[in-house]
Amino acid sequence: MTYNLETAQNPEKLRRVAIDPVSRVEGHGKVTILLDEQNRVHQVRLHIVEFRGFEKFIQGRPYWEVPVMVQRLCGICPVSHHLAASKALDHIVGAKKLTPAAEKLRRLMHYGQMLQSHALHFFHLCSPDLLFGFDSDVTKRNIVGVAMAHPETAKRGVLLRRFGQEVIRVTAGKRVHGTGAVPGGVNKSLTIAERDELLKDIYHIIQWSREAVQLIQQVHTQAPALYNSFGIFRSNFMSLVGNGGDLDFYHGTLRARDDNGTPIFDHVDYQNYQQVIEEEVRPWSYMKFPFFKALGKEHGWYKVGPLARVQNCDQISTPFAEHARREFIDYAGGSPMHAPLAYHWTRMIEMLHAAEVIKELLHDPDLLSDDLMVQGERQMEGVGVIEAPRGTLFHHYQVDENDIVTMANLIVSTTNNNQAMNEAIRQVARRYLHGKEVTEGLLNHIEVAIRAFDPCLSCATHALGKMPLEVELLDAEGALLHRLSQS
Amino acid sequence: MSQTLTLDGKSIPFNDGETIIQAATRAGVFIPHLCYHPEFKPHGSCKLCTVKVNGRQTASCTMRAAVGMVVESDTEEINAERRALTQMLFVEGNHFCPSCEKSGQCQLQATAYHLGMMSPHYDHFFPNRAVDASHPDFLLDFNRCILCSLCVRASRDVDGKNVFALSGRGIDTHLIVNARSGKLADTNFAEADKAAQVCPVGVILPKRRGFAVPIGERKYDKQPIDEIVAEGK
Repeated sequence: MTYNLETAQNPEKLRRVAIDPVSRVEGHGKVTILLDEQNRVHQVRLHIVEFRGFEKFIQGRPYWEVPVMVQRLCGICPVSHHLAASKALDHIVGAKKLTPAAEKLRRLMHYGQMLQSHALHFFHLCSPDLLFGFDSDVTKRNIVGVAMAHPETAKRGVLLRRFGQEVIRVTAGKRVHGTGAVPGGVNKSLTIAERDELLKDIYHIIQWSREAVQLIQQVHTQAPALYNSFGIFRSNFMSLVGNGGDLDFYHGTLRARDDNGTPIFDHVDYQNYQQVIEEEVRPWSYMKFPFFKALGKEHGWYKVGPLARVQNCDQISTPFAEHARREFIDYAGGSPMHAPLAYHWTRMIEMLHAAEVIKELLHDPDLLSDDLMVQGERQMEGVGVIEAPRGTLFHHYQVDENDIVTMANLIVSTTNNNQAMNEAIRQVARRYLHGKEVTEGLLNHIEVAIRAFDPCLSCATHALGKMPLEVELLDAEGALLHRLSQS
Repeated sequence: MSQTLTLDGKSIPFNDGETIIQAATRAGVFIPHLCYHPEFKPHGSCKLCTVKVNGRQTASCTMRAAVGMVVESDTEEINAERRALTQMLFVEGNHFCPSCEKSGQCQLQATAYHLGMMSPHYDHFFPNRAVDASHPDFLLDFNRCILCSLCVRASRDVDGKNVFALSGRGIDTHLIVNARSGKLADTNFAEADKAAQVCPVGVILPKRRGFAVPIGERKYDKQPIDEIVAEGK
């Protein structure tokens, strides 16, 4: 855990290389690298450059609007925000425990989202790097290139995502930005026809997910020198853990471990998250830097998401995913795996688990029940936490006696990974860029490290963008020396 | 009912004293409107129901039907003007359908869809109007008011309460609550009031019920507004 390369001693004497914007990630961010005349790296930063401020404009709105409004943070995993907000507002309306139908329908919606988001990330955003190489021909290093060279893989990516989107549609009313969850429950159950339509395809989906795990496992284990070390850094990790230590994306308590796997805290009720987590603001980024209070700013940062979750849980409740988890743990050799590229492997294990859970839920008659809503004693404050595709997501609201939101605090998954992503790109810069002539292929190594975390920069800063990659090389006076573009 | 007028080339019967929009609606012909409501006196302010009568423009909610009238309504020219009026209403307020609980049940939104409105076209005013959440059971979001005055008429003419009024002039016209504090909680407004039922947009809202109706089951999800009105629903 080092702050090396965060801030150079004499930045005015250094050249600046900017990857702006970073491509094939959600949202808008940039990387700046400061180099001296011998191309030695002195500073590397992942900046988040846009800001929308949902936390502010939610204030003054009625609380029941929030789950629908906040999901507009993102078009990739809006269900995460929709459900995290709904969970927080369950507390506000006094719904201590949802009806079995409501909880299962929300869970189905969420696992559908995990499936589609993980499929999107792996097949559309990352497979070009993994299948062709990090510095392969840039004109082919994209989903179209994958479709040409590996048509069956590309097709499965599309169909897996489509299935997840269909699960969301039948539970939320729309594939993107639906309204299914409301404070205290959900507004619809499944019809028999909707359920049967999904059941028709779920067995293919599970099989394809198993093969996706095999694919990434093969890619990873065939090149251990690269995959076990690329951008590696050690850190703490955190996730929600379900009943009995199960991997659970929808509900649980907070568990954190240090880089050796030793517990830092466990069974923490997320209503009390502020007792264990604090956020730091740094002047060069709109994205905050959270850390464990007990360890302080310097040593308390952590990573979240698939790599943290799969290693933080005690087991996975579904058989194929549990088998895959054990193979991963065995490969790691008994101590936590910290390699950023292992995120891909664990992400596919999670996708498989999501598919298996969807199958179990579709056989549950509660999904057809009309017992959807509960209410209880009104509260003024609530916290909702969920494991979003990219990691632990916190929504925290205070609501006044007139039902108006007076305070909102969101810690989104990517924010939790802020320091971790910065560490990863510093490692990559040190290993691959230091002392070398900068090329597009080398700069893509930086982006590969960022992509491993599947960051949603839109969510992290509440910004939205879609961009080509552009790299500028400037001299010490700021004059443009060279420009590279992927657009 | 032997008297008739001609509406878009069709012969429409009418009774003495009926307006053009009343005759058209009874005949199953939809004329877009927002401030008109069959249970209240016409207001003639939104101008969406404008038609051409013998070549001259007039509001069909205020113009009485007459024998031999030749009325044009569903024409490219008139619908383009209705669309522009609707776009102006959208930009004058804060009509953010994606997070509005009235979406799918909103007459303004349904009318915009009917008229083929694809974008607001004009620059947004982005007014900043505080919501009134003082009442225990109802919320007022003035950001969405289109000044149709239906709540004013309902409260005054049906409920006998005068809870609402339009204040100011011209572009500064705005909806107010008739209470010294200006707050709904300080009036005798009640859920059973007609004024609680008539808002065509998302201003007067029962609390804690937003988004209870799933997508697909909302009023205008099932049927477009022209069919609903034409069928007298």
